[in-house]
Amino acid sequence: MKQYDIVIIGGGPAGLAAAVAAKKAGNDNILILERDHELGGILNQCIHNGFGLHTFKEELTGPEYAYRFIEQVYELGIEYKLNTMVMDISADKVVTAMNREDGMFQIPAKAVILAMGCRERPRGALNIPGYRPAGIFSAGTAQRLVNIEGYMPGREVVILGSGDIGLIMARRMTLEGAKVKVVAELMPYSGGLKRNIVQCLDDYGIPLKLSHTVVDIEGRNHVSAVTIAEVGPDRRPIPGTEERYTCDTLLLSCGLIPENELSRSAGIDMSNITSGPIVNESLETSIPGIFACGNVLHVHDLVDYVSEEASRAGENAVKYINAGCKAHEGSNDIQLVATSGARYTVPSTIDPENMDKLLTVRFRVGDVYKNCYVNVYFNDERIMHNKKRIMAPGEMEQIILQKKKIEEYPDLKTITIKIEKD
Amino acid sequence: MEKRELTCINCPMGCQLTVEMEGNEVLSVSGNTCPRGDIYARKEVVNPTRIVTSTVRIIGGDKERCSVKTANDIPKGKIFEIMKDIDAAVAHAPVKIGDVLVKNAAGTGVDVIATRNIHQI
Amino acid sequence: MIYDVIIIGAGVTGSAVARELSKYNTNVCVIEKGEDVCSGTSKANSAIIHAGYDCQPGSVMAKMNVRGNAMMGDLAKDLDIPFERNGSLVICIYEEEFGGIKELYERGLKNGVPDLKILNHDECLAIEPNVTDKVVGALYAPTAGIICPFKLNIALAENANVNGVDFRFNTEAEDLKCDENGIWHIRTNNGEYLTRYVVNAAGVYADKFHNMVSNNKIHIRPRRGDYLLLDKTTGGFVKHTIFPQPTKFGKGILVAPTIHGNTLAGPTAIDLDDKEAISTTQDGLDQVIEKATMSVKNLPLRQVITSFAGLRAHEDNHEFILGEVEDAPHFIDCAGIESPGLSSCPAIGEYIGNLLRDKMGLEEKEHWISTRKDVVATADLSIEERNELIKKNPAYGTIICRCESITEGEILDAIHRPLGARSLDGVKRRTRAGMGRCQAGFCSPRVMEILHRELGIPMEQIKKNDIGSEIVLERTKGESK
Repeated sequence: MKQYDIVIIGGGPAGLAAAVAAKKAGNDNILILERDHELGGILNQCIHNGFGLHTFKEELTGPEYAYRFIEQVYELGIEYKLNTMVMDISADKVVTAMNREDGMFQIPAKAVILAMGCRERPRGALNIPGYRPAGIFSAGTAQRLVNIEGYMPGREVVILGSGDIGLIMARRMTLEGAKVKVVAELMPYSGGLKRNIVQCLDDYGIPLKLSHTVVDIEGRNHVSAVTIAEVGPDRRPIPGTEERYTCDTLLLSCGLIPENELSRSAGIDMSNITSGPIVNESLETSIPGIFACGNVLHVHDLVDYVSEEASRAGENAVKYINAGCKAHEGSNDIQLVATSGARYTVPSTIDPENMDKLLTVRFRVGDVYKNCYVNVYFNDERIMHNKKRIMAPGEMEQIILQKKKIEEYPDLKTITIKIEKD
Repeated sequence: MEKRELTCINCPMGCQLTVEMEGNEVLSVSGNTCPRGDIYARKEVVNPTRIVTSTVRIIGGDKERCSVKTANDIPKGKIFEIMKDIDAAVAHAPVKIGDVLVKNAAGTGVDVIATRNIHQI
Repeated sequence: MIYDVIIIGAGVTGSAVARELSKYNTNVCVIEKGEDVCSGTSKANSAIIHAGYDCQPGSVMAKMNVRGNAMMGDLAKDLDIPFERNGSLVICIYEEEFGGIKELYERGLKNGVPDLKILNHDECLAIEPNVTDKVVGALYAPTAGIICPFKLNIALAENANVNGVDFRFNTEAEDLKCDENGIWHIRTNNGEYLTRYVVNAAGVYADKFHNMVSNNKIHIRPRRGDYLLLDKTTGGFVKHTIFPQPTKFGKGILVAPTIHGNTLAGPTAIDLDDKEAISTTQDGLDQVIEKATMSVKNLPLRQVITSFAGLRAHEDNHEFILGEVEDAPHFIDCAGIESPGLSSCPAIGEYIGNLLRDKMGLEEKEHWISTRKDVVATADLSIEERNELIKKNPAYGTIICRCESITEGEILDAIHRPLGARSLDGVKRRTRAGMGRCQAGFCSPRVMEILHRELGIPMEQIKKNDIGSEIVLERTKGESK
């Protein structure tokens, strides 16, 4: 098997952008490993528009956005293998993968970029009581069936969860002739974009019931009805609030989980909050030379941010190789701490030596905050004080740190992000 | 005078907007917290438009469906008429991204175009 | 055609009996209302091979359990299915109830359970660090084991089939009558079947058939058990099967490793009237959590990947009813097969097989095939072994189920072997595709395509399991019409 400098796990938006950036940064020895039969990842089934406003200043559909990067991969002559599943990544960066033609093979890489994306939370994790019949799909599985394969799961639909995929599927199923009866959301707010609530639900008169969940699924062989009920502040159903909907399909859109089996078995340190690897300013994981980007690192709201982050991972992988693959020393690392409403930060540490002039730090909040401030503290001193009219868990927030500013604080040990009233 | 209620889509605030209208003329917009809400409301009540995305049946391709979109915004009221044209359309592979698969959908003057490539088999 | 024996039900009991009878020169058919073997009680249980200490001494149950347990090792080897004697602990958490543990120990001795031992607090925690710190002591049974119930059931049936036993799926017995010549007429939704002997292995419905032919009525109550299954990342959370002390409702809610490396907690014991009510309830699931966390500490509940419920065929006297029905000649009951039914099935098969051999004067076949090979589990192979397999059949190079790492080759084997899979669940139970943490979200469209291609079944007719469980309804764009 041919040797490669950089092996990228996943040919979705993150992997493609990382590959293109690495190539442009001067590395000619890159391989993308993609498990599906085409590049583009999940974007291929996201046929709705709304992608790329930040990157391309125009609204594209998912396949179009993916194709902008796929074209570059072709033009730059970046190698890729399709229908290829990565089975293992070792701590010393040997990638084991498999396909029909090559069998199982191993590639020792100088750098590995993790770009495996995420998957949907399954029903089991939600603990919905009732039968386990046909007719229950994660929204993404239904999306693939409808958009790629051209099959309708059913005609009468209930959707649990108001994540964007669920909202998008409410509209898709409606346009394909199904009746979407209700979207139930456990939380008192929707995790989806306002635009999707208006244009996918309101446009078609589909009710969204906040603080509601599914309490029963009927039908031994196939879903025949679903009962939803209101939940209290403890998110437990309130007896007496049950409403029954006859339906043949239940779609679940209840959150996404970074797909990190490979990262875990490689021994990479993981965050309990994002379920993604813990990374430094270079998007490098706890194993030197293994980088992470996109939804495998933390679930993003916009693909534009995935591409931007992945480009940085690609460039940093090249930097790492060009600098002789040296392990990051780390003694001057500044810790980033998210607290008081901020749930996590990516990255988790900053080595000022390695940081660019500007560094984007992304984070999410744990609740809906109105008219609050994002406050950033260098040690105990408040450095940034940004008013935000609204922040919600469904949207990623960011702050931009300046290298110049950090260098003014030689004793800087921690940078803390807090959501505060003033 | 007529009153219309809308939800602003510009940010997670989702301001509840109230638009007062006289015929096709907007008299006032209230409930918005920023100017973007005002602009959105004026457009949405007078001439709401959408991009429609769906799939078209393919014959002889490596996929049996090709994703498509309206090349431009179309009037919101025309969505289901356009879907009828999209559903009835059949295209033969190969299809290139940008190919017109339905011309002048539902008489709107807007074409429906492919958003991906389909290879011939 | 008149069969010599018709077995009603292709669960683990019916299939074990079928395999035993396949040793002889006789004409056997199994009729099953489900679309596959292992469609009822056998598919949803604790997957435990009990040691046999909790059955009443002298009961049929005790005999079958201890004998079944002893047979399981060789049987698993012959049928090439995973089985491990991981040992079980019945733990006591209240000093004043420790007498119960001693009583179980005595009972076990009477039943002939080997190697039982009573452990103290320290000994329990030494071999099982996640057991509750409140543990006073425990009964340790090293012969208790864990098995894959699907694979056991499938392997028994498959081996019976290879040895000449017919299987008729989607065939539900509706009525039974014996004519004046002693021939049994079984009316089904698929026509009438004739046979000289009937074996009633109908699980929760065994009372229905028994009561059709006998004046000595029996009553089987479906007793539902809810379970929670945890991700493989919890593998090794417990090494032994951890039981609380038993009550009159059964052995209680256990926490156990599965043979495939998950952790299982359950079952509840909820008596029902509806024999099809395999729906979980919030109360049931809450109960599992409450009781399980009394036995073990730090149960990683965030790792739950699915919940399910099964029905045990609880007979009012809590005893296996095995043998010819007194007032219905040539009608053989295997009724009331609740826990420890899975553990007992080899012994029940042997017992019923011997009974019919003697009654019918059956002769052994000259060339009975005693072994079978399971679908190869590629996840356990070395790179070299994999590549050898891929060279022979490239389908072994394509992963279809990413969570369990199942290849297309394994799925093709599951479809094309004797009594092959015809549904998503059929593929799942033979290969584990779809049993992992994403619960088939990723692989189900892919497995559907393979079933469609290999069996020529239209996509719209591919089922999760039984008739009526079609996955997709129709094509988009009105193409179906």
